[in-house]
Amino acid sequence: MIETDSTSTQQNSKSATQIYNLWKTFDGHLQALKRVNLDVQTGEMVGLIGTSGSGKSTLLRHVSGLVASDLRPECKVSVFGQTVQSGGKIQSDVRKIRAEIGFVFQQFNLVSRMSVLKNVLVGRLAQIPKYRSFFSLFTRDEKLSAIQALNRVGLSDQAAQRASTLSGGQQQRVAIARALQQQAKIILADEPIASLDPESARLVMETLRELNQKDQITVIVSLHQINFASQFCPRIVALKSGEIVFDGAAADLSNDQLRWIYDSEDNLESMLVPDKISNESKMFE
Amino acid sequence: MSTPIKIEDQFPELEIPKTPLSIILVRLFSTLVILSILLFSVKGAEIRFGDLWTNRDNIVQYGSGFLKPDFIDWPDYLQEMIITLQVAAWGTFLAIIGAIPFSLMCSANLSPVWLSQPVRRMMDLLRSVNEMVFAMLFIAAVGLGPFAGVLALTLHTLGSLSKLFSEVVEAIDPQPVEGIRATGATPLEEIIYGVLPQVFPLWISYSLYRFEANVRSASVIGMVGAGGIGMLLWDAIRSFDYSKTAAIILIIVIVVSFLDFTSARIRRIYI
Repeated sequence: MIETDSTSTQQNSKSATQIYNLWKTFDGHLQALKRVNLDVQTGEMVGLIGTSGSGKSTLLRHVSGLVASDLRPECKVSVFGQTVQSGGKIQSDVRKIRAEIGFVFQQFNLVSRMSVLKNVLVGRLAQIPKYRSFFSLFTRDEKLSAIQALNRVGLSDQAAQRASTLSGGQQQRVAIARALQQQAKIILADEPIASLDPESARLVMETLRELNQKDQITVIVSLHQINFASQFCPRIVALKSGEIVFDGAAADLSNDQLRWIYDSEDNLESMLVPDKISNESKMFE
Repeated sequence: MSTPIKIEDQFPELEIPKTPLSIILVRLFSTLVILSILLFSVKGAEIRFGDLWTNRDNIVQYGSGFLKPDFIDWPDYLQEMIITLQVAAWGTFLAIIGAIPFSLMCSANLSPVWLSQPVRRMMDLLRSVNEMVFAMLFIAAVGLGPFAGVLALTLHTLGSLSKLFSEVVEAIDPQPVEGIRATGATPLEEIIYGVLPQVFPLWISYSLYRFEANVRSASVIGMVGAGGIGMLLWDAIRSFDYSKTAAIILIIVIVVSFLDFTSARIRRIYI
């Protein structure tokens, strides 16, 4: 009943992210990831679901090389064919790969005292000469393209404001604009809507979907809410206690499986149909 | 007339908790310790309150001198007071420049232990040596004058600002820094874009506070020959000229209070 992604070790040129045999143990005993294998193709939009503590964040943070796996020779993560980490060691040129990965965090992780524009310009740091980044000297073209990125998420008017003056949903879209400014080919979003109200959450998810469909940016997004995952992500990957227990289309996810994934006694099937009643009018606008 | 109702009668089950014996003993013991330290120190510190009475004529004489401040040399005082401020300004500035890298090296959340611990101890050392001592050392090195004072203030302030700055750095929110890191930024860029914007307001506030303190210190390091109004103050005291001493002290008090007031105002903007 549970299909796990097969361990495909061959190099695939269309692969956006390949994760092989990833093990992660915290504090010597807490097993966060247990031999996780995952292959995400370019242009996919994948929803990672599971309870808190199931390993969603840990998995995404491994992909960006923010966390190193256990020291096992078989552990390996690569993005667009470039190795991020292997055998528990993060590659020394990881910054070059990170520059191609947009990372969106649950708490937005913007620098609240900096302007919105500068927060977006940070996405350019990896591409500009060090003397310019040191003194925050950005060219007119770079600033214009940052404003363009802000325009895509509907926030160009707020460019001069401090990031702290924006609402949570707006801050999250600034974080997405930063990923755009990086010219990221893949966006990893770690619970991007967990701290947002439903309307802001929908807007953020729609922005991610638009980038996925129009710009062919690969998106891997971890989500608490199954309804959002099934509404926005054609492919769902479910984690339970650090293991991938489901990988497939949202439609193939049965209520029993969901109950098991979430250790829940409730009927969760209704949540697979996303907010049908409350959002009906908006969905058919 | 109704008799007042006793609370005990209303709530017979209520009891006032007794102070435990252990707490009483601790209080007694700590009182004894403090008293014995003070008694032990009477001889060494030559506590003789009687002298205040037996020498009352002297004190009255000094006091009356102080009550008639003599501003006849005020242009000199003013000029030296300005030099004092200039010494404080440069001493603080150089210390800030030094404290930026050193505080980052002291911060446990940015630097490895093998770097942060030795740098911290070095800063402790600088902080524990008084400006007066540094001033005398630098007079031997660079000669009498304000520059020795600048260097003395710089070293002592470097020690304290590095500690204050690094405490701010250790209290930052790590999430924005991780956000910068995730874009492929270098560690230096993480500091410039992720750390500095967060610590800036408090750093400015602490720098101003140290400037105030340095104006006070700069007024006295002149006594050992490191420039500024302290030199005049020392001369006036040594020649028992209490009217001039009073005038100089008044000028210092006015300038220092004015600076305290202004910088407190400015600091309030940043917090």
